[in-house]
Amino acid sequence: MIGITRYGAYVPLYRMGKGTEAWTARGERAVSSFDEDSITMAVAAGLDCLGDIDPKTIDAVYFASTTSPYREKQAATLIARALDLKDGIFTADFAGSLRAGTTAIKAAVDSVKAGTARNVLVVAAEQRVPQPRSDFDENIGDAAAALLVGREDTVAEIEDIYSNSQEIYDVWRTDTDVFPRSAEDRFVAEEGYLKSMKEAAAVIMGRNKLSHKDFAQVVAYAPSARKHTEICRSMGFDEKTQLAPAYFGQVGDAGCALVPMMLAGVLEKAKAGQRLLVASYGEGADVLVLKMAKDGVKPAGVRGLSGYLASKRLLSSYITYLRWRGLVNIAFAAKRPPLKIPGVHAVWREAPSNISLYGSKCRTCGTVQYPAERICTQCQTIENMEPRKMSRKGAVFTYSMDYLGPTPDSPMVLAVVDFDDGGRGLFVMTDRDPNEIKVGMTIELSFRRLHTVEGIHNYYWCATPIRS
Amino acid sequence: MQGLRDRVAVVGMGCTKFGELWDKSSDDLLIDASLEAFADAGIEAKQIQAAWVGTYSSFRTGVGLSYPLKLQYVPVTRVENACATGTDAFRNACFAVAAGVYDFVLAAGVEKQKDSGYSGLVANAEVVSSETAPMVPAPTQFALAATRYFHTFGLSFQEGKQMLARIAVKNHHNGTMSPKAHLRREITVEQAINSPMIAWPLGLFDCCGVSDGAAAAVITSPEIAKKLKKDYALVKAVGLTCGSAQGVQQQSFDFVHFEETVDAAKKAYADAGVKDPRREISLAQVHDCFTITEALVCEDLGLADKGHYRDEQNKGAFELTGTLPVNTDGGLKCYGHPIGASGLRMMYENFKQLQGKAGPRQLKNVNLALTHNLGGKPGGRFTCAVSILGRAD
Repeated sequence: MIGITRYGAYVPLYRMGKGTEAWTARGERAVSSFDEDSITMAVAAGLDCLGDIDPKTIDAVYFASTTSPYREKQAATLIARALDLKDGIFTADFAGSLRAGTTAIKAAVDSVKAGTARNVLVVAAEQRVPQPRSDFDENIGDAAAALLVGREDTVAEIEDIYSNSQEIYDVWRTDTDVFPRSAEDRFVAEEGYLKSMKEAAAVIMGRNKLSHKDFAQVVAYAPSARKHTEICRSMGFDEKTQLAPAYFGQVGDAGCALVPMMLAGVLEKAKAGQRLLVASYGEGADVLVLKMAKDGVKPAGVRGLSGYLASKRLLSSYITYLRWRGLVNIAFAAKRPPLKIPGVHAVWREAPSNISLYGSKCRTCGTVQYPAERICTQCQTIENMEPRKMSRKGAVFTYSMDYLGPTPDSPMVLAVVDFDDGGRGLFVMTDRDPNEIKVGMTIELSFRRLHTVEGIHNYYWCATPIRS
Repeated sequence: MQGLRDRVAVVGMGCTKFGELWDKSSDDLLIDASLEAFADAGIEAKQIQAAWVGTYSSFRTGVGLSYPLKLQYVPVTRVENACATGTDAFRNACFAVAAGVYDFVLAAGVEKQKDSGYSGLVANAEVVSSETAPMVPAPTQFALAATRYFHTFGLSFQEGKQMLARIAVKNHHNGTMSPKAHLRREITVEQAINSPMIAWPLGLFDCCGVSDGAAAAVITSPEIAKKLKKDYALVKAVGLTCGSAQGVQQQSFDFVHFEETVDAAKKAYADAGVKDPRREISLAQVHDCFTITEALVCEDLGLADKGHYRDEQNKGAFELTGTLPVNTDGGLKCYGHPIGASGLRMMYENFKQLQGKAGPRQLKNVNLALTHNLGGKPGGRFTCAVSILGRAD
């Protein structure tokens, strides 16, 4: 049976909510940090989804987002590197629509059905930037999710998929717009999502001879909590008993990642035999009928949506968020030299160490070292190394906090990290509270975008306190 | 394999004022330092047969020295080894004389640090890289050692800050007696402890300043020196080590010592025939880029037991009036750190002490004078140089 075999999610640490200076909306909104973007969040969700399975068993990776950091450069290739998938794996980016996430799932199912892939990892992530104080500002949130589509050990079988499409200016951004635009509310609802989702739901239920009561849960896109209820009723379902949570007031409208994220949350808990209707919208609707082949569980070591929802920190000020999104230009703590342009040849050459986190282990003396070396740091034996994937967990051996560092998140915290299973490295610490850093504290490495210089987004791993 | 002991002599040294010398170029500074050295040695520029000039970033090629001094077609090598540059220029000049290839050579070091346009020692290598390694400016690099020192030896934050503050106070006091120093005022422990945080746990007063300056040495064989003047000094040892960044790859590196220093010191002591540095070394100029560095280095040089710098500090051992004065001219704290010049500036102080020309800082019974210079990233790409000068007998 083709379906979803594994699932994971990622919600950034920070929330804006009650207590955030100058935040006027009710409820909380998940806010990605200045060093996060759709690619880094997709990697986090991908890591959560894959857990301990061998990443080399993945045949393809599809990335869905309307907020890729690139217009002309594939994001999926970088995500594949960071997740340490097979060399030369089939990659594709799905963009341009709030239903890109489910469109990618559909393409994945079609690939597996056609036999061009045994499995496909679908990762969706979104970092939309709403105009401050607009309606979007209250409701948009940042998040990511990842679903593995395959044939083996299926948790949720995908029984059917139906899509309709329509050409409409309801919610959109051009290639140069920063903020999403919206047509008038009633038009957006009546001719946009209500119409498309209702029609698609009706068609898929009709052709499968299913009625509303056959569905235990409905996972539906919506741009806000009120509209979520409206959509549910419009499709003919009962919002009290059937509507899966969309986490407005906790995360927010995570664009094309919202439905995959909600689905990842549902799959943790749904029971064998239950049917799910999954409906997303963006110039048309994608609807899927899923049937649980077994009870949903959260595998050991996987945080899942529930884990990420439970771990949060209130952002102290709306102004910090504006600064992080580049909407207000605030000077750094001290005048610093301009960042140097990364050498793209060095970036390319060092990807196995920098992106895939490979070090090496000396076969002669057993010392694990990062980055990989040809001559052992410990015993100086020449070229007797085996590749070693570094652990993403470790402990802080020592640290300092640079109050003059070129960061929007002063002070810049530097940590010498001893990896759990050998080796040591020096990393910036992010998502951290300076008052809570201690020698010996455990950390995990998180994929982040350090900075952008001359059109080059420079990605690397940073240490973060464990998200508990 | 022979060492350098007693095979090389220093016959003259020069040192400029160190400070924010906006109106002086590196040419000016090299001229000022070199002319003082020539005058001290009693020689002329045209007697210089080869030269080594150390600078981290003020110019490329040896022409940076031959141009201002108008040296006539002699070999000049530009030397760079981070903050150990000045001593390394000196070291290479010594080899040329010890090998008997030249009679008179010049070793000089200079830096126009203020030309960078930024405050603080900014991390600026020009090497093209992937730029993923964290930007770790110098204070932060050494702060990693401070954090670990407090943790390893059980110092509370207050106790640690106290230990470091007293080093800054000591050096500032010595600086008031150094006319060529950049900073020349007394400070208090309270001021030092309460100064703004730069790279936790190091505050402003734990960090050396940024300044311009140059220093130079005329080097020759002991035979020639004897004929020239009475107050020359003999090179007893010059050691240099380059690590291989073991500290940031190996979990076994403790971040409370610098192997490069321990090693360079061992080699220098062996070359100089020093068996008990605490008794035999008369004074030491050590690389106090940050106060924590001075503490760790004194331990690494064997002038205090590891983890027990405070014991010696409490005895007043390292004060100007103590049993082993450290940074008698105020150190990097008061002179700042023009990278290429610092090693030679340290040697200038030792040379003046040996000559009996150190004025209000003059110590009695100066026999063996040590300089220590280190550079790069502790635990990472790191070098260290140690030199020992002795009396002409």
